[in-house]
Amino acid sequence: MSGHSSYEPSTGLEKWIDARLPLPRLMYDSFVAYPVPRNLNYAYTFGAMLSVMLIVQILTGVVLAMHYSAETTVAFNSVEKIMRDVNHGWLLRYMHANGASFFFIAVYLHIGRGLYYGSYKAPREILWILGVVIYLLMMATGFMGYVLPWGQMSFWGATVITGFFSAFPWVGEWIQQFLLGGFAVDNPTLNRFFSLHYLLPFMIAGVVVLHIWALHVTGQTNPTGVEVKTKTDTVPFTPYATLKDALGVSVFLMVYAWFIFYMPNYLGHPDNYIPANALKTPAHIVPEWYYLPFYAMLRAITFNIGPIDSKLGGVLVMFGSIIILFFLPWLDTSKVRSAVYRPWYKLFFWIFVANAIMLGWLGSRPAEGLYVVLSQLGTLYYFGFFIVIMPLLGLFETPRRIPNSITEAVLEKSGKAAASA
Amino acid sequence: MKKLVASILSLGILAGAASIAVAEEGHDLKAAVEHAEKALHYPVLKPKHINWSFAGPFGKYDKAQLQRGLKVYKEVCSACHSMNLVAFRTLEDLGYSEEQVKALASEYEVQDGPNGDGEMFTRKAIPSDHFPSPYPNTEAAAAANNGAAPPDFSLIAKARGVERGFPTFIFDIFTQYQESGPDYIYSLLTGYQEPPAGVEVPEGTHFNPYFIAAKSLAMPKPIEDGQVTYDDGSPQTLDQYAQDVSAFLMWAAEPHLPERKRTGFMVMVFLAIFTALIYVTKKSVYANKEH
Repeated sequence: MSGHSSYEPSTGLEKWIDARLPLPRLMYDSFVAYPVPRNLNYAYTFGAMLSVMLIVQILTGVVLAMHYSAETTVAFNSVEKIMRDVNHGWLLRYMHANGASFFFIAVYLHIGRGLYYGSYKAPREILWILGVVIYLLMMATGFMGYVLPWGQMSFWGATVITGFFSAFPWVGEWIQQFLLGGFAVDNPTLNRFFSLHYLLPFMIAGVVVLHIWALHVTGQTNPTGVEVKTKTDTVPFTPYATLKDALGVSVFLMVYAWFIFYMPNYLGHPDNYIPANALKTPAHIVPEWYYLPFYAMLRAITFNIGPIDSKLGGVLVMFGSIIILFFLPWLDTSKVRSAVYRPWYKLFFWIFVANAIMLGWLGSRPAEGLYVVLSQLGTLYYFGFFIVIMPLLGLFETPRRIPNSITEAVLEKSGKAAASA
Repeated sequence: MKKLVASILSLGILAGAASIAVAEEGHDLKAAVEHAEKALHYPVLKPKHINWSFAGPFGKYDKAQLQRGLKVYKEVCSACHSMNLVAFRTLEDLGYSEEQVKALASEYEVQDGPNGDGEMFTRKAIPSDHFPSPYPNTEAAAAANNGAAPPDFSLIAKARGVERGFPTFIFDIFTQYQESGPDYIYSLLTGYQEPPAGVEVPEGTHFNPYFIAAKSLAMPKPIEDGQVTYDDGSPQTLDQYAQDVSAFLMWAAEPHLPERKRTGFMVMVFLAIFTALIYVTKKSVYANKEH
């Protein structure tokens, strides 16, 4: 995809810069002339939303940090000062808090798109793995950010989640104390979480650059899963992809604005408006909604497996559910990339989505009775999808006929539309 | 283990038998209390809904109501509940002039210091001060109230919310329901009553089916009909007091709510036009390209 550059500096200044640091050339080749498949649909606009959200989070976060104090006795009130006294502080904070949720909404859609259209398959394994790394960094960043307001859920969420690490034999307690900076969640914890919460987004930005670099080397996939073969298969990034991305992003921003301005606390928990109190445990400790499926899988392991007790088992399952994503490119044995031509995979994919939503709901319920059984079934399907269904489907599934090229697929579709019209 | 199972079973049977008996008698509230106790799921009753002036996309506070609510807070709640994040100067939001706010603040005494001699002293509050707490510290507050300090009221309207349950919480996204806090406070204040026959409450607590964490709470019924005098002719009833003070506490928790919704409307209009323009542009660019 890279290679030959069509950038032609026109003015003297542009030529002068191009001979010294060809940054305008890089930008032109990457975001203007860069050829993208002509059949990209709106599922391919989530990447643009994610870029926008990363920028929104960093900008609002940098300003919020100017008014925030990471010290346990004043942290809660400093957030309230932002809400009450800082000019438009309420807007910045609600943008940032809801921004985290919308960042995750976008990333889940983006990952779902990748799963559906087989974006992780050769030659895009590194592209996919970098994406999983970004997702992991996002989870760490989001978790530490939720601790900063120092409300009840901040404190108890931090206590529960850092407690997971103590399940590991021998090194567990040491890891937990290292994370906390002590024996319990306290001022050292808050300080280091603030420091890391400020650091990690820039690491995310760095990995995003690698992610986009890898993308521009292999080129984008597309709904047919057929690689680009000729020039007629592609259109230039600008104006085609730019405009489609812009439309996707602005619709996304409308939903985001709906939450910021009309229901800013809908995605939060009321208990986080109560200052942290180490002596008073909330009735139900629930993490942020975007961790709920993993929380459900953690709590689904209520039994011991040989030498592994249920606590360690739960933690292994929870971490395993994300680690397994790294191996996806090699677990899927199918030669066909896109679910469009894989009738069985399509079915199992949508069950996977429904299962993930169900696990999310179960994560918000108390771990008792039927909820536990459902969580166990959900966990079984989650892992079964990757470990059993994916490898076997490639061997047994008969794919539908695949078009010879993107152009053929596009013309076929528009021909059909014309015929039926 | 067997004993445990047996006792759980017999408890269940007892509860089941009891609830059947109650259902026959038609005592719905008692059945609801027992159901909540069995499932450890409170409140016994879901909060009542009030039509708040600040609900919905164009919601704003009713200043007369906030002033009445402030009066209720000052004369009743503030005896036990602090509101330490709210500064007197912000009371101008309620429609008071700078002079009125100064006068209001000067009704309170706050501790200041140390002065040049190293002594702490008390002085009249000024607009930049926050509402002083009725107790010198949390321990004193707890000691005066059976060991549990009354919660601060600055954020109470956002810090309480009864779970809405499926599928209501999905509809809430479209109806913009964000008033579970004030609905809860209103329901709690108007919810005190005698426990239904056969329902026991722990000593020193007061039955209230709307309380979020149990069937009864330590706070006795705080306010009665006619307790606070209104000068604007509004009815001096418990129902009116409860509505007014809930609205006031919502303001205390979210003073920038009207500004937020006003800005939101402008943002939504802008984004709608922007999206429409991009849509038209995109359509014309793609018009001659099959995709």
